[in-house]
Amino acid sequence: MNDKPTSPLALTVNGRKVSAVVEPRTHLADFLREQQLLTGTNIGCEQGVCGACTVLVDGVPTRSCITWAVSCQGAEVRTIESFDEDETMAELRAAFTAEHALQCGYCTPGMLATARDIVTRLPQADEARIRLELSGNLCRCTGYVGLVRAIGRVLEARRQRNLAEA
Amino acid sequence: MKAAAFDYARPASGDEAVALLAAGTGMAKALGGGQSLGPMMNLRLAQPDSLVDLRAIAELRGCRRDGTGGMETVLIGACTTHADIEDGRFDDPSRGFLPRVAAGIAYRAVRNRGTVGGSLAHADPAADWVNAMAVAGADILVQGPAGRRTVAAAGWLQGAFTPALAEDEIVLGVRLAQWSAAARWSYYKFNRKTGEFAEAIAAFVVDPARDLCRGLIGALDGPPHVIADARGLLAALQAGDPAAADAELVAAGLPPGSYEHHIHRAALQRAAAQLKGNA
Repeated sequence: MNDKPTSPLALTVNGRKVSAVVEPRTHLADFLREQQLLTGTNIGCEQGVCGACTVLVDGVPTRSCITWAVSCQGAEVRTIESFDEDETMAELRAAFTAEHALQCGYCTPGMLATARDIVTRLPQADEARIRLELSGNLCRCTGYVGLVRAIGRVLEARRQRNLAEA
Repeated sequence: MKAAAFDYARPASGDEAVALLAAGTGMAKALGGGQSLGPMMNLRLAQPDSLVDLRAIAELRGCRRDGTGGMETVLIGACTTHADIEDGRFDDPSRGFLPRVAAGIAYRAVRNRGTVGGSLAHADPAADWVNAMAVAGADILVQGPAGRRTVAAAGWLQGAFTPALAEDEIVLGVRLAQWSAAARWSYYKFNRKTGEFAEAIAAFVVDPARDLCRGLIGALDGPPHVIADARGLLAALQAGDPAAADAELVAAGLPPGSYEHHIHRAALQRAAAQLKGNA
């Protein structure tokens, strides 16, 4: 096809204003990886099932493989690369290490995006709730035991801190 | 896989969206959150020439209380996300029914982007809103080239993936009557895996103030089976007589002895028991 349709796109990626021209058919994960060279976002199933590509769009976890980049006009996108200074993510990374919550690491960027959402949105989540919330992120290495423990550990630490502050 | 090439437009009004869809002569698709259309396009099950993104249309966002036909009603904009409803970021007329339904849709990341209007327009018979809105007695507001019209949610599905929506029409929103303080509901969904589409859905909505006792057998091959007066069925199921459901199950196209008959009957029993528990 010689006359590929293109659209202008302006959005914020990891705090940086970005202007680009994209083919409408480009999904957000490909835009981030191929045009922004942010390869921390992994692509698994490309049909919204596996959760590997989960990033934050306007602060909430979103499947970047089934979200067109062009439909993110004006949005604020955060990928795994932007969380170096994020205290909650640092705590989750330490817990993932301590509880062996990853093996091959392919699901990990999406898992961390979801885990951060769980600990910030559902402070009272118990193990059953953590498992329910993780049902949209597939991990074929760990069997989830380490993941559930890691997220539970951060939730418990946050609850203890809140008690201490209260 | 990657989607085939398409053109993209982001109209600011319903009129503009309808004109763009009409100009697409059947090969333009309206885009809500894209959480069903996206996968279908990546798999190339759908290859529209153009997408008309409805998310910038202010009228389709948010939710407002209004009055229709002397009743207190709430209009939920088509671009309201499942997560908006799950979290109660809307004026809930249903005493917790809609938030409960929303919380069971797919996964949180999908609920953050997927919309009520998009799900209704997609019209998967196993999806939640086509079934929940039918048993809730909601009305679906539609705009097309000839103006606006209202479709009862119970009659929305013409068949699987075939809503009562023309190719040049868009869903504006869903209107529900305010349920009374005495209203009770139950919603039972049978899945083999968390977050997947239902194999069976059963629901009851009872509102004595509106003289209403409605039941639903859903996630069928085609339109959901709405039981307009479910008093007898509900009483029999709660009294421990599951065979009382057989006539309705057969009417819903589920032959006795089949696997589908069995799981839909179990779903009905559990929905009836849940309602009793909610009393």
